[in-house]
Amino acid sequence: MPRILRINCRTQEYSFEEVGRYANLGGRALTSRIINKEVPATCHPLSAENKLVFAAGLLGGSTAANSGRISVGTKSPLTGGIKESNSGGLFAHKLPKMDLIAIVLEDKPAKEAPFFTLFVTEDKVEFKEAGDIVGMDNYPAHDKLLAEYGDKMVAAMIGSAGETLRKTATVQFTDPYKRPARSAGRGGTGAVMGSKRIKAIILDPAVNNKVGAVDADAFKTARSTWVDILKGHPVTSEGLPGFGTAVLVNVINEAGALPTKNFRYGQCEHAADISGEKLAETIEARHGKVSEGCHTGCIIQCSQQYNDADGNYLTSGFEYETIWAFGANAMIKSLDDIAALDRICDEKGMDTIEIGNTVAVAMDGGIIPWGDGKAAIELIRKVGTGDPLGMIIGNGVVAAGDAFGVDRLPVVKRQSMPAYDPRAVKGVGVTYATTAMGADHTAGYGVTANVLGVGGTVDGHKKEGNVELSKNLQVATAAIDSMGFCLFVAFAVLDAENGVQTMADLVQTYTGNTFTVDDLIALGANAMKDEQEFNEHAGFSKVDDRLPRFMEIEPLPPHNVTWDFDEEEVQGAKV
Amino acid sequence: MGIELKCFATLAKFLPENWDDYPVEPGETIRSLIRRLGMPEESVTLMFVNSVRVDLDAEIKEGDRVGLFPPVGGG
Repeated sequence: MPRILRINCRTQEYSFEEVGRYANLGGRALTSRIINKEVPATCHPLSAENKLVFAAGLLGGSTAANSGRISVGTKSPLTGGIKESNSGGLFAHKLPKMDLIAIVLEDKPAKEAPFFTLFVTEDKVEFKEAGDIVGMDNYPAHDKLLAEYGDKMVAAMIGSAGETLRKTATVQFTDPYKRPARSAGRGGTGAVMGSKRIKAIILDPAVNNKVGAVDADAFKTARSTWVDILKGHPVTSEGLPGFGTAVLVNVINEAGALPTKNFRYGQCEHAADISGEKLAETIEARHGKVSEGCHTGCIIQCSQQYNDADGNYLTSGFEYETIWAFGANAMIKSLDDIAALDRICDEKGMDTIEIGNTVAVAMDGGIIPWGDGKAAIELIRKVGTGDPLGMIIGNGVVAAGDAFGVDRLPVVKRQSMPAYDPRAVKGVGVTYATTAMGADHTAGYGVTANVLGVGGTVDGHKKEGNVELSKNLQVATAAIDSMGFCLFVAFAVLDAENGVQTMADLVQTYTGNTFTVDDLIALGANAMKDEQEFNEHAGFSKVDDRLPRFMEIEPLPPHNVTWDFDEEEVQGAKV
Repeated sequence: MGIELKCFATLAKFLPENWDDYPVEPGETIRSLIRRLGMPEESVTLMFVNSVRVDLDAEIKEGDRVGLFPPVGGG
């Protein structure tokens, strides 16, 4: 029976507890329940009362395809609301092999305390002074951890952005290629870890208990159906592995919804230079890797390894969002510069969406010229140092807007928007407005029906149908995040009659507990309820469900659409 | 004057050399265009004319910007 490991970062005490009242929860449903029940909603996110929860999904440790995502939950330093940030890497599937479903970091030591690494082994946690990896970039620091703990080590770690408590700070996870290249990107989870003076959590490679499905035969059958569903859909079997997520650059640009120059235009003149097609071509020419998975058991393989002009590894997990943020929104034309920016974000542990948008705001404020990739590289290198400009950039769009006097800030609940202009993709706009996470496309990806023709068609320029679309997707997504699935399975599930049933069958046969489609929906809806309740207690109201005013009064070319929902109209997207 | 034609992702191999001024015939639709380009109809799932999503029967006229995609997703 998996347990919850609680670690007090001040007293260095720890306990392995039965799941108790958190039974039958996993992933996001578990992190959001723990945060809602145990963290005072009004606390400062960097104070001792906040907690940081790492949870595997209900299918963590299983051999179901694409079920190894990790949820990181906390009160967000960026938004002041609840946060679940989701990542690939090896951490989630490893936890159940240590009889764990979650690790909770609690309390914090005095500010002068040294940074520690936590070595989690069989029924034991060792606090070790982090020593010289403090202040080091993530890749070399991760190499040192591999040398110390063996190359089957699995880590969650923060970089200098997290150590210095920046609101853009990520938690980085070991990927299948022994790199710290997977990020729980959004909302500043790394700053919470930094506030607790924890540099890294290491899962002991020597502990590797066997985990199996309770109903092994039925699980095998469901698993095989599940593979057929993912392999049978052209998006998950061809589009994503062939071109990565950046295949969207041309699509969203063609649809007139690619936010360009700090959300001024819906199309970008140099879209072809930063497209998924160009990316795949460049990777092939330089003998990189066009397609790889972010976690064990992934059969979609949307990640990649990007080499520099000399053929040396530069970065991986090089996503559409990152390429858009630096490429279209900050107008940088060189894929090599954008890849270098992505690598720096991984080295320092920073959210590429928030940092990309912050660079655009810095350009809007005249700090560096529009489109200047080299200047952007120099600028974000300052984060994690004592440079005051780095402190500002590291705190994200709102902080940069305040500092630089920029009034054009594409944020909801202080979190900046991803790569779809909500004026032209209203289904995802409703999600930006209403999710407890702040502007987050992954919370309810209305781009599917608005642009991609997956899961039906709803006009993204009109209001009709988009509140309902967003709500349905938000509930389904919360369930997917709670089972531990990669969100991209939704592309196939939305178009497969037996998709949702098969997910439920996998959970039921793996855990041995009754789990119907209704239970699956309830799992997602209840996670959202926890999140909404926490935010209400933290002081959020429907007034916070507005998009920035400029989107209501400035038409977005080429379609010249505005955001015309008011906050009353979008409330239906909540549970 | 013809149309500005773009074929993306796995459809790029069907892009004609005169893509930036591709001639269209009277009554041309996306369906007839796809046929002329030699694309299997089921391989095209997203069609844009002047940045508006359309279906196979949408008509095309000179000066239009046409974008064709296979099934794609990301995020």
